[in-house]
Amino acid sequence: MGVEQKLGNMGVLTVTLEQAVNWSRTNAMWPMLFGLACCAIEMMSAQSADYDMSRFGMELMRPSPRQSDLMIVAGRVSRKMAPVLRRLYDQMPDPKWVVAMGDCCSCGGVFNNYAIVPGVDEIVPVDVYVAGCPPRPEALIHGILTLHAKVRGEKFKDYASEARR
Amino acid sequence: MSHLEYTVAILREKFGDRLPAVEEFRGQTTVVVDRGAIRAVCQALHEDPRLNFDLLAALTAVDFWPEEPRYSVVYQLYSLKHNVFVGLRVPLLAASAEVASIESIYPNANWHEREVYDMFGVTFGGHSDLRRLLMPADWVGHPLRKDYPLGYEEVQFTFNADEIDRRKSYAKE
Amino acid sequence: MNPSRQMEVTVDELKHLVSPRALTGDTMLLNMGPQHPSTHGVLRLLLELDGETIITCIPDIGFLHTGIEKNMEVKTYTQALVMTDRMDYLNNLGNNLTYCLAVEKLVELDVPPRAQAVRVLLTELQRITSHLVWLATHALDLAAMSVFLYCFREREQILDIFEMVSGQRMMTSYFRPGGLWRELPAGFEDAVRQFLKGFPRRVAQYESLLTKNPLFIDRTRQIGVISAEDALRWGLTGPMLRGSGIGLDFRKAQPYSGYEQYEFDVPTGTHGDTYDRYLVRMAELYQSVRICQQVLDRLPAGPVQSANRKFVPPPRSELGHSMEAVIHHFKLWTEGFPAPKGAVYVATESPRGELGCYLVGDGGPKPYRVHFRSPSLAHLQVLPLLSKGHFVADLVGIIGSADIVLGDADR
Repeated sequence: MGVEQKLGNMGVLTVTLEQAVNWSRTNAMWPMLFGLACCAIEMMSAQSADYDMSRFGMELMRPSPRQSDLMIVAGRVSRKMAPVLRRLYDQMPDPKWVVAMGDCCSCGGVFNNYAIVPGVDEIVPVDVYVAGCPPRPEALIHGILTLHAKVRGEKFKDYASEARR
Repeated sequence: MSHLEYTVAILREKFGDRLPAVEEFRGQTTVVVDRGAIRAVCQALHEDPRLNFDLLAALTAVDFWPEEPRYSVVYQLYSLKHNVFVGLRVPLLAASAEVASIESIYPNANWHEREVYDMFGVTFGGHSDLRRLLMPADWVGHPLRKDYPLGYEEVQFTFNADEIDRRKSYAKE
Repeated sequence: MNPSRQMEVTVDELKHLVSPRALTGDTMLLNMGPQHPSTHGVLRLLLELDGETIITCIPDIGFLHTGIEKNMEVKTYTQALVMTDRMDYLNNLGNNLTYCLAVEKLVELDVPPRAQAVRVLLTELQRITSHLVWLATHALDLAAMSVFLYCFREREQILDIFEMVSGQRMMTSYFRPGGLWRELPAGFEDAVRQFLKGFPRRVAQYESLLTKNPLFIDRTRQIGVISAEDALRWGLTGPMLRGSGIGLDFRKAQPYSGYEQYEFDVPTGTHGDTYDRYLVRMAELYQSVRICQQVLDRLPAGPVQSANRKFVPPPRSELGHSMEAVIHHFKLWTEGFPAPKGAVYVATESPRGELGCYLVGDGGPKPYRVHFRSPSLAHLQVLPLLSKGHFVADLVGIIGSADIVLGDADR
């Protein structure tokens, strides 16, 4: 595509800057280790040999929020944990995304009582919700790939504009 | 005579009128103990060489609101040597929801009593560190009391989904 | 109000728990926060450190408190069962079993022998999965990362068996009051036999990686020592107690669900340190395989649910031609079954220790009070005692050897 068609194979690739930036973001998205409850075990299963997540660029889970760009909220968020979650989200540098893994953080799940925040989207903006209790590792990977597709469709004008500054 | 019957007999002999009742249900024995005598009873169960109840298995409470006595603090003790459980129950009135702590006899009662305090508001006299355990430190109320609401969120059906969405606070960024 | 106010704690509030040196600033108070790679869940530890040495550690739990006990009070006995899966999320079937035993004791419901045998089989498989996750995370914390990948590979085989049986990998809710949810599918026995054939060899592989490894021994010998009398005084049960030499196992002491029919040993340690607890749990893996073999060889035929229609819903095939079946079905699914007034306490052996269920009925279809005596809560309490005088790096090994699951501790 582009100039190669006219001038032959020069060893040059032409692509828009947006596509290049989005591609690089999806290919090495480092998740933050935020396993809370049962979904964390399925997240660990997804990370290990049978459903390897490192083939999607997520080789390591970074415990430090400063070094990660994806927060997979895996498990139920209690009222005591909510400020901690918000603080960690604030500590993550841009660009950052949030995947709400499981029913409990999407909508409160099985629990509907005083102790659980009904949906982590009351605390942080969520990009992808993965349903399941707990979601199968394949469901989580499907959620991650959906997020990748979403990131590949991001446009500069949505987040990098004069007005926002 | 089984060790359990033997234990009840010894307790009756030592404490007689401080034990209002002995309940048998489904093959399990629960000794009802007066509020003021629980520490002495636990001491006897732990230290008397004939009894040997060396493990505090569980310590919890039940709220019978609006009936009186409102609370029942329940203890489950286990004897390793004789392989038997005995239950103790201390009924408490709502106005005097306080009982002596048995932390000095069974150290693991520490956190169990903190949990009962957190969930029910029952205070334990002589406890070294009575603070909330499971709820945040600044939480108001004691969740497992029967007059504490469940605190549930209204379920969204198609007829009220939009209305609830408007009221719910979503994080913007 | 600043929402993170609850996280900030001044030394004044903890004066009674820290040594006097902390008040002068001689030692440092460090927060090992709820989000940490080695705390096995959302556990917050406040460490008082003198350099690298721990003077005391103050656990702060409750970050996963789900209000399960209160939530179960508004559901019927069968509906409340679903919540028990999610407490100790590595021992789902074990939690189901404890709760079902308590309900069955309360209402005096019989369980047919086939159901009891299958319950034992699946609970032992669940014990194996729980120990595999323990080994994976414990070894990972002590920097043996390949063990993590191997253990999860074995675990997948068992999760496939659970999925075959109930449709769910983890939150199966397969045990119901009165027996099981439904009959075992075809292919179950072959799958289990195949797993049991290959598993002991795998455990031997893990042992060859860790048991005589000088690095592993260096990091676990003499770490987190607790004597037998101290362990009993602090209410430790399960491998924590057995590592110190006391062979208390509720499967042998207070057998339930037919455990008395099967032969198995209860391994114990001698020194009460992290290494002995590791050896105890590895030996338990072999014993679980032994129990599963025996169950499979003698699996009795028969129904998997009690025939008492007052408590167990009839199969759907009966609804077409029996009026009583329809009435029972209707009553059970709308209202539930009533339980008498009274309280029972049932203690079982979970992979962590003694899991007890204290159930109070009030004559209605909903439990009046359910309390789960969780082993993880008791084990967390003893963490300051275990970690005194050790380095922070050793603390990681101690938490791993305590095998705590915060869902169990916080409920």
